[in-house]
Amino acid sequence: MVILIFLTFVAFVIGLSFYLGNKTKTSSGYYAAGGQIHWGVNGIAFAGDYLSAASFLGICGMIATVGYDGFLYSIGYLAGWIVALFVVAEPVKRLGKYTFTDAVDSKFNSRGIKLAAAISTLVVSVCYLIPQMVGAGVLVEPLLGIPHHWGVIMVGAIVITIVATAGMASTTYVQFIKGGLLIVFSLVLVIAVCVRGFSTRPDQGGRVPFHEYATIAATEVDGQVVPADASFRVLEMQTVAAAKRSFVKLAKDGVESWWLVARTSSAVTLHEIQSAVTSKDGRKLVNGQPAGPGNLLRQTGNIVQLRGSSTAVTGSVSPTGLLSAMSDKNTRVSTWRDASLTDKDGNKVKLYYPIELAGNVLMRPGTKFAVQGTWLQRIDFVSLMLALFLGTAALPHILIRYYTVPNPAAARKSTIVAIAAIGFFYILTLFMGLGAMINGVMNPADSNMAAPLLARSFGDLLFAVISAIAFATVLGTVSGLIVAASGAVAHDLFDRYMQVKMDDRQKIKAGKISAFVIGALAIVLGILFKGMNVTFLVGLAFAVAASANLPAIIMLLFWKRTTAKGIAASILVGVVSAVGLIAFAPDMYKQYGLDPTTAPIPFSNPGIISIPLSFITLVVVSLLTRRAPTATESAQA
Amino acid sequence: MLHEPAAKTGKDPAASYKTRIGVWMFTLYAAFYAAFVGINLYDPLLMEKTIVFGLNLATVYGFALIIVALIQALVYDLMCRRREHLLRDKAPEGAQ
Repeated sequence: MVILIFLTFVAFVIGLSFYLGNKTKTSSGYYAAGGQIHWGVNGIAFAGDYLSAASFLGICGMIATVGYDGFLYSIGYLAGWIVALFVVAEPVKRLGKYTFTDAVDSKFNSRGIKLAAAISTLVVSVCYLIPQMVGAGVLVEPLLGIPHHWGVIMVGAIVITIVATAGMASTTYVQFIKGGLLIVFSLVLVIAVCVRGFSTRPDQGGRVPFHEYATIAATEVDGQVVPADASFRVLEMQTVAAAKRSFVKLAKDGVESWWLVARTSSAVTLHEIQSAVTSKDGRKLVNGQPAGPGNLLRQTGNIVQLRGSSTAVTGSVSPTGLLSAMSDKNTRVSTWRDASLTDKDGNKVKLYYPIELAGNVLMRPGTKFAVQGTWLQRIDFVSLMLALFLGTAALPHILIRYYTVPNPAAARKSTIVAIAAIGFFYILTLFMGLGAMINGVMNPADSNMAAPLLARSFGDLLFAVISAIAFATVLGTVSGLIVAASGAVAHDLFDRYMQVKMDDRQKIKAGKISAFVIGALAIVLGILFKGMNVTFLVGLAFAVAASANLPAIIMLLFWKRTTAKGIAASILVGVVSAVGLIAFAPDMYKQYGLDPTTAPIPFSNPGIISIPLSFITLVVVSLLTRRAPTATESAQA
Repeated sequence: MLHEPAAKTGKDPAASYKTRIGVWMFTLYAAFYAAFVGINLYDPLLMEKTIVFGLNLATVYGFALIIVALIQALVYDLMCRRREHLLRDKAPEGAQ
């Protein structure tokens, strides 16, 4: 049934695309849906565009793993709409035609701006595409039982079909349907979480028995751990510096298992954890047994103590009651982290171990972003919040949606509808994330599946619907991004920068070919970046957008001395500096398989450097390249 | 060859007014947002303090940032519409 519901939904989306495709005969229809979408529909479509895999999968996953710090993304993403509404919406609508490039180039007709803005649109779109494709693979893997890379390929193929058939018209209606469904069913999920309430031994409504992890007393002599239970034999012990923890491998009855070493001043205890081992000959073991459909990593996450009680079962709770109990200093939650090592036989080992967090710590910033850490860590936090705030109004796939409505007032109203819809959804993310954290549904190897797995704990029907919506979320956002990117290539580069002579049909064809190529690129990148939290990746895309595009838009609107060369230079400096800083940051070093402490850039979010740098570049270059006013202009002034 | 807008919208006599209040409202919200970031940096433990209905400051402030955004958006729209109607009524017949 799950697969049937899922496939029906996908078939409906593709059918809608073909239907609307038959109506798309002009380039205006392809790139801007003819500029005739109603503001209410466009507002919900904005929400559909914006509530991407990063919001639904990534934020819920991050909240489920680190608590309130994940919610900071919700706050920042929503706050960014203020910039879009108060500063960007109406002017961009007045200035542009199809793309971001049209808007920033409207006063200049500069080849430099066309090239720079098209490059920026492409880079931002691709940065944003990666997490969507990663999310697609993550979703399809458990749903259809196919490997991650096939999920990515499937999404890529469907999206290319959608975009190549009807462009912005089909993308808009797919986003409208998806955005509406996402909000409604997220609310259903939150209600279900509140009705279920709290349990310190969550069993997914009786579907999955609660697993009690074992603990063994031990002693430590000359750095060697000796379990009190003599039936366990110690094979090796390792300390993982990045995790600041020691682990010991034990054997009992021919089964090898890994344990976390916990030391206090008076005792040593060993805690059972989970492991995934890939041996040198490629065999995979999960928790000491061959991996397979019947032996997967156990789902994790539960409340250890609820307001001091370790045997609590509450029944339904109110939304404020849920948040209040989670914030209590006597509430303790078990959430899981991972550590990697190579054992003495040369096998690659990934360990998953629980940590306990008190409610008061979990429900304020600090578990992921070290707001009490070094000044560099604090700068990283400020940098993230800055990029989230300024990034929204600079995202190409959001900006092009201002061209699908008939006038600036409609652009403004659709932004307000978007704020209402998106804001409501982001409030729900806190409940969904915390629900996933405490209901024993988390896959410790991949936080991105938090919301769909939470839905599965309430039954297959909700799981199927939520997964289909999440899949449509990816489809819709990727469609919008590919329309934006194909517009940058076909409209900005071919038509306007290179001035290739094309009639209307050829322009549409160029857009469709571009969509195909960009879609193929997205598939490859989606496979390569498997495993990274998707909202973290989107946060980086926001930083690139805020650095490359926002200074150009803002200064064009508010500083009369802005020149074409100033805009082109600021866009290029913004793109290069943001991408460069990300490429050499600790989080990317981890992705390359290098030691993150050796990364030359000490923080992961580039916005605090690249955004001001782009503004400064625009001002300096504009002042240097300012044309002296002609005699007529001087007389008029 | 400049690329004209997709849809002709005509001159908007309220544009400068809307820009002005837009900048003011943006500044107001940016200050509210900056205060949130500032509290987290300078006194993160303050965020643990229970404010109302058992909710801590972090949760209340986070929700407030979302709700205030919507309230400001509605106020902004109301002000824009009033000015648009006012100027449309004052405009001479035939003018846009």
